[in-house]
Amino acid sequence: MAKESTLKNMVITLASITLVSSALLGVVYALTKGPIDTAQVAKINNAISKVVPAFDNNPSAEKFEKVFDGKSYIVYPAKSGGEIVGYAVESFTTGGFGGRIVLMVGFNIDGTINNTAVLSHAETPGLGDKMIEGKSNFSVQFQGKNPQDFKLLVKKDGGDVDAITASTITSRAFCDAVTSAWEVYKLCNEGNVKKEVADE
Amino acid sequence: MSKLNLITRGIIKENPTFVLLLGMCPTLGTTTSAINGLGMGLATMFVLMLSNMAISAIAGFVPAKVRIPSYIVVIAAFVTILQFVMQAFTPGLYETLGIFIPLIVVNCIVLGRAEAFASKNGVTDSLLDGLGIGLGFTASLTVLGLVREMLGSASAFGIKFINGDGILVFVLAPGAFIALGYLLVLFNKLKTKIK
Repeated sequence: MAKESTLKNMVITLASITLVSSALLGVVYALTKGPIDTAQVAKINNAISKVVPAFDNNPSAEKFEKVFDGKSYIVYPAKSGGEIVGYAVESFTTGGFGGRIVLMVGFNIDGTINNTAVLSHAETPGLGDKMIEGKSNFSVQFQGKNPQDFKLLVKKDGGDVDAITASTITSRAFCDAVTSAWEVYKLCNEGNVKKEVADE
Repeated sequence: MSKLNLITRGIIKENPTFVLLLGMCPTLGTTTSAINGLGMGLATMFVLMLSNMAISAIAGFVPAKVRIPSYIVVIAAFVTILQFVMQAFTPGLYETLGIFIPLIVVNCIVLGRAEAFASKNGVTDSLLDGLGIGLGFTASLTVLGLVREMLGSASAFGIKFINGDGILVFVLAPGAFIALGYLLVLFNKLKTKIK
């Protein structure tokens, strides 16, 4: 039968249960930390190789951070034979229908968008999730476009982007994230140009 | 009650979804496809079996006034372990189920079985009860997910059988209620017939 509910008994019981639970969690955390990191890195690498032109370096190892508009973005440079061939920018927005959307946007060195990939989202299945490549042609329209002459706004807002039917909020959020990525890319490229000048 | 009975009871007579109507939040939220339903069901079953066992083992030492917080800590520990394991080995599924994995902690099926069964029965019986209820939950969620996927996305277990979009409403929240309602009627009709 259960013990009497005295203060001492209750404190001892709760303390020992929480202690055992946290010890157990610690062990599992330590055991799974490796595989979790590997899985995440694999996912990032997968997205990078999808969005930038062919490269032969390890972009994850050379990643750096850029601050734009008070938020910090991670940039993965893709190099081939030592030359930078493109940048993959991990961009995000909180304006999605289901909250945060994280994108990987790849730029060629001439500033055109090579490709985009969705890293994580919480959009409605069947509606907003059509932004994922392969589920609709929405993301395809960004490929090969240079944001300098391709207005990253949905047509409703006076831009050049065909919104996903019935998912204007998602489409706007997607454009917003791509725009941030573009701004970050410009920052990277500026630095690049300056460095080349300094080298000479 | 025989051991086998303990298992089958959870699948038919006390099916958590179609008879007890417990755990409706993950049921309606995650069953956008058969695979998601199956994954959610198995995740809940895993937690249910382990927490049932642990709770029946410690029930004798827990003072009545702190039993709910104690059970919740035990359940939360197992859910977090599950979360780590899924993140490490099935990252795709982990992402699809998202918020519903941590929410298993407050799934009324798990706490309900702890309170109604595990705290009063032996470890083996509690394990079997967890297995039975878990299987019932998994089966229900898979069926509901399958129905919604077939009607909503015109596919089954991710394989398209008709080219086209399907009836979108079944993938969205209202479709979950509609599909669940009809499945409830069907299940209970069949159940009375068998009797």
